Amino acid sequence: MSSDLDTDRPVMPEPEEPPGHALPAVTPERVLAVLALLVPIVAMLWVGSYDKLDPEAGGVPFFYWYQLLWVPASAVFTVAAYLLINRDEKARRAARAGKAGEVR
Amino acid sequence: MNGVNVPALTVFVLFFLLVTVMGFLASRWRRADNAHHLDEWGLGGRSFGTWVTWFLLGGDLYTAYTFVAVPAAVYATGAAGFFAVPYTIVAYPLVFLFLPRLWSVSRVHGYVTPADFVRGRYGSRPLSLMVALTGILATMPYIALQLVGIQAVLDVLGVGGGENANWFVKDLPLFIAFGVLAAYTYSSGLRAPALIAFVKDALIYVVIIVAVIYIPIRLGGYGHIFDTVGEKFAAPKSGGSLTVPENKQWTYATLALGSAMALFMYPHSVTGVLASKSRNTVRRNMAIMPAYSLMLGLLALLGFMAIAAGVGKGDKGFNTQLSVPQLFENMFPDWFTGVAFAAIGIGALVPAAIMSIAAANLFTRNVYKEFLRPAATPADETRVAKLVSLLVKVGALVFVLGMDKQAAINLQLLGGLWILQTFVSIVGGLFTRWFHHWALLAGWAAGMVYGTWKAYGIASPKTKHFGGNAAEIPGIGEIGYIGLTAFVLNLLVAVVLTLVLRAVKAPDGPDETRPGDYSAESGDVEPKNAPEPVAAH
Repeated sequence: MSSDLDTDRPVMPEPEEPPGHALPAVTPERVLAVLALLVPIVAMLWVGSYDKLDPEAGGVPFFYWYQLLWVPASAVFTVAAYLLINRDEKARRAARAGKAGEVR
Repeated sequence: MNGVNVPALTVFVLFFLLVTVMGFLASRWRRADNAHHLDEWGLGGRSFGTWVTWFLLGGDLYTAYTFVAVPAAVYATGAAGFFAVPYTIVAYPLVFLFLPRLWSVSRVHGYVTPADFVRGRYGSRPLSLMVALTGILATMPYIALQLVGIQAVLDVLGVGGGENANWFVKDLPLFIAFGVLAAYTYSSGLRAPALIAFVKDALIYVVIIVAVIYIPIRLGGYGHIFDTVGEKFAAPKSGGSLTVPENKQWTYATLALGSAMALFMYPHSVTGVLASKSRNTVRRNMAIMPAYSLMLGLLALLGFMAIAAGVGKGDKGFNTQLSVPQLFENMFPDWFTGVAFAAIGIGALVPAAIMSIAAANLFTRNVYKEFLRPAATPADETRVAKLVSLLVKVGALVFVLGMDKQAAINLQLLGGLWILQTFVSIVGGLFTRWFHHWALLAGWAAGMVYGTWKAYGIASPKTKHFGGNAAEIPGIGEIGYIGLTAFVLNLLVAVVLTLVLRAVKAPDGPDETRPGDYSAESGDVEPKNAPEPVAAH
């Protein structure tokens, strides 16, 4: 059962401090990132909000142009989440590096 | 379908030859020293940067069948067929949350398949086998459908079509296309579809952009197109509508959400993600993939253009799958029809190659090495994976030629439902080790049985069983995507049984991963001997 798939790495005990310990699991960046990701999901699943023909744009009924518009809009929200998460991870790395330095 | 369209066929064949040469040359592209490791053949050396990954994933997820089926659904049903757009809008923000974790843990432990991860996380061979077999089962009909996509194009081109043609002559072009595909996948592995994806996506973008500008001009503008469609759908029993009927809104939303959740459970999607070289490559791609969704949305509108152009009008038995290929042939000059068809044809080859590689990786890692030959070396794995990739393609070919096309479509619908049932094990496992592996297995079984049974009971004009993917959601009373209902049942069973098994202190498998593995970056990946991975910086 314990055949190692790929590894010659000794099975390690759980580290006492998970990396990123210096920062709490919930940071403003992470919360905002999740919210940014939720916006397009909620907007698209709320079908009742866009299930209509008017107003048209260039002959295209609302139902279609609205959803097409959400494609670039969702990308904007995902980019925002990306930037937020990047910031968060940088902060975590810095915190860890600082900690490792202290130990040394 | 009367006679062969020679200029279009010539252009089609030229592009096909181009990608064939590229496919074979791809084995030299960024070749590593360790060519016999499965990482090389099966994951392109895990070396792809942001743009290569973008092309690869785009080539992988937006398949020829998509190009044919999405507008075909819009052609037949109108708004209901447009769900593919919210589906792809929802998918990327959703997977943004967990794919980077899957990438990291796979990089640290050298996982090649999602089943590898499940094996390492839960220490459970049955659970890993379940994930592997579900993946193979869901992928096979998907590969077969790529052939259906090529066939649609060949039919309209006038080759391979014709009901009374000798079966061998009729299917010869398909044999050739697949023989060539199999040969370069065998020799170049994932590098072949990655390189060909550049051609495929470039062609697709050109064709779609030209189509959504040029065709409406010829048809008298979008206003006129939608007016014509509105008239058609206003007729009784037209089967379509320009908005989603109110009692179908749940169906629309649950189909979008369920399909989005299933998308990155497919082995070929995971292969595309694991082949990227860094965690941020994955994240960046989730932000730039919507470019393809925009194209898909515009493509869906082609279904309406086909209606406005009178494609299939008055033809009772018209195969809706041919609506867009036929629209192209009616609208475009012959040479550009060739370009458009080449886009669809190559659009079938890229995903078919990646899917067969993904299925081969699954078989090799999680069946062959796990159960048949644990002592297999990486070189053995690569050899077996290459052979299995051939077998998988032959299987798909036999499937398409021997069975009803409708069966392939039904099975692909079922495939989405099935693969969604691995979500709890995989995504759950990326965040918590709380679930018990036996509970996950039971949840999976419940979801599979419920979903398949429900789908079996749905008839459509074309087929007695498996004729659709929506049924009443128990307890809510609305009509929703069966796959998502089955997923909820799956999750409930897994939660309840985990509580029970934890209460009786049932023995648990070992977990070889550590919390830090899930956030590891590519630079962190030499932690094998270092006790403090972060100190490596």
